Amino acid sequence: MGEILKLQTVSKSFGGVKALRGVSFSLEDGEILGLIGPNGAGKTTLINVISGLLKEDQGHILFEGHSLKGLSPWQRAALGLARTFQHIQVFADLTVLENVLCGLHRQRKTSFWAHFLRLPAAVAEEKDFESRAYQALALVGLKEKASWEAETLPYGEQKKVVLARSLVSNPRLLLLDEPAGGLNERETEELGQILLKLKTKGMTLLLVEHDLNLVMNICDRVVVLNQGEVIAMGSPLEIQKNNRVLEAYLGK
Amino acid sequence: MFARLQKDRRRLLGLALLIYILPFILHNPYYLTVLNLSALNILTVCGLTLLIGYAGQISLGHAGFWALGAYGSALLSLHTGWSPWITTLLALLGTIGLAALMGVTILRLRGNYLVMATLAFNLAVYFFLVEAEDLTGGPPGLPGIPPYKLGPLVLASDLAAYFLIWTVLLLILFLTFNLVHSSEGRALKALAASETAAACLGINPHWYKVLAFVLSAAYASLAGSFYAHYLSFISPKTFDIFFSVELVAMSLFGGRGSIWGAVLGAGTLTPLPHLLSFFDEYRDLIYGALLMGVLIFFPQGLMGLLERVLRSKSSGLKS
Repeated sequence: MGEILKLQTVSKSFGGVKALRGVSFSLEDGEILGLIGPNGAGKTTLINVISGLLKEDQGHILFEGHSLKGLSPWQRAALGLARTFQHIQVFADLTVLENVLCGLHRQRKTSFWAHFLRLPAAVAEEKDFESRAYQALALVGLKEKASWEAETLPYGEQKKVVLARSLVSNPRLLLLDEPAGGLNERETEELGQILLKLKTKGMTLLLVEHDLNLVMNICDRVVVLNQGEVIAMGSPLEIQKNNRVLEAYLGK
Repeated sequence: MFARLQKDRRRLLGLALLIYILPFILHNPYYLTVLNLSALNILTVCGLTLLIGYAGQISLGHAGFWALGAYGSALLSLHTGWSPWITTLLALLGTIGLAALMGVTILRLRGNYLVMATLAFNLAVYFFLVEAEDLTGGPPGLPGIPPYKLGPLVLASDLAAYFLIWTVLLLILFLTFNLVHSSEGRALKALAASETAAACLGINPHWYKVLAFVLSAAYASLAGSFYAHYLSFISPKTFDIFFSVELVAMSLFGGRGSIWGAVLGAGTLTPLPHLLSFFDEYRDLIYGALLMGVLIFFPQGLMGLLERVLRSKSSGLKS
C-alpha cells in the first residue's frame, strides 16, 4: 500500500487568521481516514485546499505522487479526486439519475459533436453511464427514486444523491465534508455501511465529521486538527485516550 | 433519460405537423411573414436559452451576433456573387470564431460585468453599421440582398421562405434536444445550478460557458442570415440593443431553462404586437403589462405555468 495523498506543511491564512498552520499528514491507499476537530479547527478549509477551491499559501499537496499545484478544481476532479460538500448541492432542474450521471462527466470519451448529432458512440456511452448510475443509486438505496426531481427529495436523501454522484465514477480518493450532518441516527448508520462498502471497493476516503461515533466506528486512522494544527494522529482507540484531544474538545 | 428525449421528439413531431399544415389554412401572406419572423426569433431565443437557462450566463448583445450573420452574409453575397448558402455558412463560421474569442475573454467576467461587456459589443456593432457607410450602406440600410435558391427554385416568396426557415428551425430544435438530453446538456445545467459543485465533478466551467456562448451566437448568426436573404433589405435599426433586450425578455417570458419555453416565448411575443395593433397607442402598454405580469407572477415563465396546469389536471384526475 502506498500513499495516495500527501500533505506537506500546508498553510493558509485569511487576512490575519491562520486557518491552517503547517499541516502534514498522508492518506494510505484504501483506508478511511477521519479528520476531526472542534469548530473552526480548519477542517473544511483543508478540504477546500485539497480540492482546489482555495489556494494554499505554503506547502505542497501530492496526489498519487504528483503535485497538485496550479490545478483548478475540475482538473483535480478529472484526476480522480472527488469531494462532497457540507451543505448539500444537488443540481436543481435535474432528476436524481441525471444528477448522478453528472458524476461520470470526467470519464466521457465522446465529443460535443457526437452528442449534438447523437451519433451511435454517444448513445452507447449514455447507456453505459446510465447502468453505472443505477448501480451507484442502488448502493445508496435510491434506485426507486431515479426519475424524481432531485430537489424534491428529503434532506437525507439529497445527501445520498450527492454521495452517489461523487462516487459513481470510482474516484481514487473521496473527500467527504460532514456527510452525516443533519442525518438522524438510522440514516447515519446507513451512511457508515455505505462508506465501508466503498472501502471494500478500493476507494480511499477522507472523512471530515462531527459525529464522533461514526468516525470511531469506521475509520482506520484519525487525524485531529485544532486551530489549524495537527495535534494528534493515530487509531481511533489511541485518539480517544489522547490527552491533548480531550483538552481541545472539552477545554481545560 | 431516453424517455425525456423521446417525449421532446414526439412534441417536436407534433409541432412539425402543425407547421406544415398551417400554410394550407392561412392564405394571408402577412400571417406568413409574422410566422417567419417568429421562427427566426425562436431560433435565436433557443440559443439564448442554452446560455441563460443552461449555462447560467446572461447576454444583452445577441442582436450584435444577429447583425453579424445578416450583414456578413448579405455583404459577402452582394460583393462576391456567391450563393447565399455559402455566404450564410461563411458568416456563421466567422461569428463562431469571433464569439469564441469573445467568450474566452469576457466569460471570465461575472454578472453585471458580463452584461456590460455584451452590451458594449452590441453597441460597437451597431455604431460600426451606422458609421461605415461605404461598406454597410449606413442608416438607410442595405437593399437588394439576393434570396436563397434551390436549383432552379428561387425561395423569395413568403411561402417558400416559410418552408425553408421553419424546416431549418425544426432541424435545429431536433439537434438542440439531442444536446440538452446528453452529458453536454447536463453539464450545462449543473453549471447553472452550482459552478463550484460542477467543477468538483470534473466539469470545466469556463469551457462550458464558452460553448454555450458560441452556440447561442451561432444560432443568432444563422437567424440573421436567413432574415437578410428573406427580406432582401436590412438596416442597422433592427439590430440595436433593444432587440437584444427583447430576445432576453422572450427567453424569460417563455421560461428560462426550457427549450420549449424558448419556442413559446418567442412564438407568442413576436406576433403579439401585431395582434395588439388593434389597440393602437395602448399596444406597448398592454405588451409591457403582460410581460411584467408573467415575470412577476410566474417566474418560471409560460412553460412553468403550462406545466403547473398540466400537473394539477393530472393529479385532479387521479383523486
